[in-house]
Amino acid sequence: MLKFENVSKVYKGNKRAVNNLNFEIEKGEFIVLIGPSGCGKTTTMKMINRLIEPTEGKILLNGRDISTMDPVDLRRQIGYVIQQIGLFPHMTIEQNISLVPRLLKWPEEKQRKRASELLDLVNMTPDYLDRYPDELSGGQQQRIGVLRALAADPPLILMDEPFSALDPITRDSLQAEIKNLQRKLNKTIVFVTHDMDEALKLADRIMILKDGRIVQFDTPEEILRNPAGEFVEEFIGKERLSQIRPHVQTVDQIINPAPVTVRPNILLSNAIRIMKKQRVDSLLVVDREGKLRGYIDLEIINQQHPWTGKVSDVLVENMYKVKTGTFVRDVIQTILKRGLKYVPVVDDENRLKGIITRTNLVDAIYDSIWSDRENGNIAQ
Amino acid sequence: MELTQELIYYYVNNAWYVWEQFVRQFLMSAYGVLFGAIVGIPIGIYIAHRHKLSPWVISLANVIQTIPALAMLAVLMLVMGLGPNTVVFALFLYSLLPIIKNTYTGIRNVDPAILEAGRGMGMTRMQILRMVELPLSLSVIMAGLRTALVITIGIATIGTFIGAGGLGDIILRGTNTSDGTAIILAGAIPTAIMAILADVFMGWLERKLTPGRRNKRSRIS
Repeated sequence: MLKFENVSKVYKGNKRAVNNLNFEIEKGEFIVLIGPSGCGKTTTMKMINRLIEPTEGKILLNGRDISTMDPVDLRRQIGYVIQQIGLFPHMTIEQNISLVPRLLKWPEEKQRKRASELLDLVNMTPDYLDRYPDELSGGQQQRIGVLRALAADPPLILMDEPFSALDPITRDSLQAEIKNLQRKLNKTIVFVTHDMDEALKLADRIMILKDGRIVQFDTPEEILRNPAGEFVEEFIGKERLSQIRPHVQTVDQIINPAPVTVRPNILLSNAIRIMKKQRVDSLLVVDREGKLRGYIDLEIINQQHPWTGKVSDVLVENMYKVKTGTFVRDVIQTILKRGLKYVPVVDDENRLKGIITRTNLVDAIYDSIWSDRENGNIAQ
Repeated sequence: MELTQELIYYYVNNAWYVWEQFVRQFLMSAYGVLFGAIVGIPIGIYIAHRHKLSPWVISLANVIQTIPALAMLAVLMLVMGLGPNTVVFALFLYSLLPIIKNTYTGIRNVDPAILEAGRGMGMTRMQILRMVELPLSLSVIMAGLRTALVITIGIATIGTFIGAGGLGDIILRGTNTSDGTAIILAGAIPTAIMAILADVFMGWLERKLTPGRRNKRSRIS
């Protein structure tokens, strides 16, 4: 959808703010540009809507060279959100939101409808339409800033550190909202930030820039797993790299591969015998092909007092399980929230591969903290 | 007591004459400011956008402002002759500085973030000027017009020296008469009232035009 071909920007005094950039962005991607100040990230972004003109090279939007387009028309097709929010203080929220539709001369009713539709998208009531920006909190103002960029439904949206002036709590909720909106509306977003946490949270792909060049352009997982060189490692931060390790670990790496299982056709009395022998209070039920059928535990058996039935009569089929390859970070959340003792791991055919217990999680977190300390000590 | 009586006597007997001069003086000032606005506001806008020019233009307006009013009128009279037109032109020159300066300041003070947002969303130069810069600087520009009007009302009184009429005529007559205090006051008081009224009215207008919700709110409460 968007393509940079050998793009450079040279300022007076031969300073190369952007140096021979080549990259391509697909439709629906959330791209985050990040780097230290003066790395050219903002320049790169502003060249997309021609607030800055490149000195060399071509930028193609849907295959068309943007330097041949009228800058005003181009900008009306691209949403734009800035750090300082920049709402017009003399216009109502409605007038602010529907600015681009007004410039595009939409009929007034459509403008009004669109504005309330958009407010609904961020859970704000239509009575905000007639208020003025200075009656809103900073977070609400930036929500309006985002809506204003969405108003004419542009496929591409540029965001220049939009949340960096907000307090951490508001920032967090806005980040979640924008990610949600982007997925729901399938927008392409180019987002500039200097906050690595923000980048990791939002991006489909992160572009790390230094001195106007791309150092690494990849998914957050890949960047954390294989940082390209010392600069990236330093930029991400050693601490974050170690903290983040459980977040890029998959369940396969910490799995307990031999959980205690039973077949569905054995008697309950035998199941209890197995529990006693293995010293566990719950059993996974697996059929002949190794497929997970459900589980039984002490509580269920206890209610069936004369233990004459089979396991298949009482087993609970509806249980939380995860696929192999799932990130540990996603499992941790669920285990802690639901108070689960363990989670079975299955493959695509529902075959049981093992389980993740709370003990496994402790090990994973312990390793991520201490293995790094130990490495540090050796290095010293 | 005697003075007050004389003053009242003067007003009663010359009511129409005083009113005529009052209107005349006001019109001269108003025209001066009007032409000042027609020329000064565009200049202010222009130098706000090319602010390298601004020190030159503002210094020039400053220089005009420092010329003593009487000297200015005398010089202009040599070129333009006697009469109210010369006075209007002089008032026009005096109103330039506050108008240019305030327009310049008003436009320069518009938050650059707002302008960037406007540009980034695809507003043309004219749209930014019309929909953003002017509405946001209107109150500051109005303050300039207010200052200009008050200044010119004062200066217009000396238009009498080149035969332009106005309340200055009455004051001058008073100075030429022995014991003319009452007549001097008869001219000076309406001048002061006119200046105060103009100031109050323009101040009200300025508040009305301040952007944001304040003015709309005050109407409700």
